[in-house]
Amino acid sequence: MAAPSLRIRGLVKRFGTHVAVDGVDLDLAPGEFFCLLGPSGCGKSTLLRMIAGFESPSDGVIEVGGADITALPPHRRPVNMMFQSYALFPHMSVAANIAYGLKGRPDVKDRVADLLRLVRLDGFGERRPETLSGGQRQRVALARALAREPGLLLLDEPLGALDRGLREETQGELRGLQRRLGTSFVVVTHDPEEAMMLGDRIGVMERGRLVQVARPVDLYRRPASRYVAGLLGDVNLIPGRLGPAGPDDTREIVTAHGALTAQAGDAIFAEGAEVVVAVRPESLILGQGSLTATVEDETFLGDRIRRVLRLPDGTLLRASGPPGASPERGTTTQVGFAPADAVILQA
Amino acid sequence: MAAPKPDRIVARLLRLPPFLWLGAFFLLPFLVTLKISLSEPATAIPPYLPILDWQGGLDGWSSFLEALNFTNYLTLARDDLYQAAVIGSLSYAGTATLVLALIGTPIAYALARAPERCQPLLVALVVVPFWTSFLIRIYAWIAILKQEGLLNLALLKLGVISQPLEILNTDAAVMIGLVYAYLPFMVLPLYAVMNRLDPSLREAAADLGASPTRVFWTVTLPLSLPGIAAGAGLCFIPMVGEFVIPDLLGGSETLMLGRVLWSEFFSNRDWPLAAAVAVVLLVIVIGPVMLFRDSLRAGGEGA
Repeated sequence: MAAPSLRIRGLVKRFGTHVAVDGVDLDLAPGEFFCLLGPSGCGKSTLLRMIAGFESPSDGVIEVGGADITALPPHRRPVNMMFQSYALFPHMSVAANIAYGLKGRPDVKDRVADLLRLVRLDGFGERRPETLSGGQRQRVALARALAREPGLLLLDEPLGALDRGLREETQGELRGLQRRLGTSFVVVTHDPEEAMMLGDRIGVMERGRLVQVARPVDLYRRPASRYVAGLLGDVNLIPGRLGPAGPDDTREIVTAHGALTAQAGDAIFAEGAEVVVAVRPESLILGQGSLTATVEDETFLGDRIRRVLRLPDGTLLRASGPPGASPERGTTTQVGFAPADAVILQA
Repeated sequence: MAAPKPDRIVARLLRLPPFLWLGAFFLLPFLVTLKISLSEPATAIPPYLPILDWQGGLDGWSSFLEALNFTNYLTLARDDLYQAAVIGSLSYAGTATLVLALIGTPIAYALARAPERCQPLLVALVVVPFWTSFLIRIYAWIAILKQEGLLNLALLKLGVISQPLEILNTDAAVMIGLVYAYLPFMVLPLYAVMNRLDPSLREAAADLGASPTRVFWTVTLPLSLPGIAAGAGLCFIPMVGEFVIPDLLGGSETLMLGRVLWSEFFSNRDWPLAAAVAVVLLVIVIGPVMLFRDSLRAGGEGA
């Protein structure tokens, strides 16, 4: 098997007493599209800058393509980075920007022309960056970062400066481009939707730690913590105490609303531990189940209806389902969920 | 057309003081100087003719205007001394500007790259010499550069030289004085531009395989040119008319316009010719000002 395109072990970055990156391990397969997701200040940009070489790690090892690059300065690293601000050289033409990393190589002209074609900017070579639109600048930055054919491309909020419509279009383009080139991408983003759309896998960062690395679908369905569950979309959390194990890897949870059954998952808790049951709004089934709730409010959203349900003790649940004949506002209904759709998380 | 609103009148009035200031303290004195430059020297108080007879009415004005002529400018144009002084001023100022750019750029770059919290202190250190009188600082250079001065003493003691160097009252001393005195005017605008350069531009260049040297030559320096131009303008223009430094540090052969002006005015008591030199100086300096105007503006905005 080929060496992983990126291998990180025990990476730590301290700024004074503040620990920005706290013991990160990560392996990236060649050609993988990886998203680092987290709020600002979680350490994802620092992690990216350490891979690029702009910050030196306080501890740990970074390998790219099997070679240890931890101590190499940025200009000797086989990785390239696309900056959030694009960092295009304002005193150079688009072509000169793209050619900057190609110094000393043969056929610079042809290569620049190929790259311009790749990002659909043929004929823009002589333009100055300031005469381009935001989307065009983004594509110049991408072409420039790809010019040296890096095995690993780092992208810091690559779509952050684009408006919404352009953003969705560009997400698709970026994905297509990455598949065609077979380059490993590491994208830093704070937008969960973007991470889910782009990434083969997503790494969620929280206060300097990589708290969960998983495929988008697993991350959504089997979050490892309340934090991850909340980050990737709406979730209902029902507190309770862990009861005995049930059949088929399920556990019973004793709640104020009676006993519930959920998938045990990877998390290991002792019986009697304080836990929460996490259920996505679309996993709540109305009309059957052990919970009794009143429909407090409903909102018609075209493709689905969102309902707010009130449990007898005042706890509110959010349910979302296809529009159609269902309990009306003010009526009382049974609510439940399949054990496989619920996750037990630490309270 | 509607009458302007009161607050717009106020806004216009507020714009007036700078113009009044320039009119009273620049334009008016300049016109007086221009008039004197067109007069003839005389042994009188004031030492030139003609003098406008305010009581003479229209006749007084016409005879006054008839008496004005360009003799002094012709003298300046014909006399080799003045041509040499113009060339001398331009070449001293030009050479010093070049040296300042060469010394100022690395200093400004070091300032801009210093740790963020050290920068205010370092910038203050650049400005600190201004707290001492300019004249005293130039006199201090005499003490350093003279035959038995600090520099020669140190070099002799270290065994670098066996005979004291003759620096004071040479072109080298003038150059040292000019570069020393004007360095902050080169460093500060350059630092301002370099400090505001987006650091991610340097990072992007390094990321694309450029060594630190190549990053400097291809990214940092080209983007700092507005700062260099601003600094060059701030230094070159006053240096052309510099008087104190060539007078105190230069030798008898150091020919600069400021010195010529001074000797015409105080030694020869030829106010009209001195005034003509002043006007020529102004015209020489206006050229670079026009040239540097755009870059001064760009430098001020951090390009």
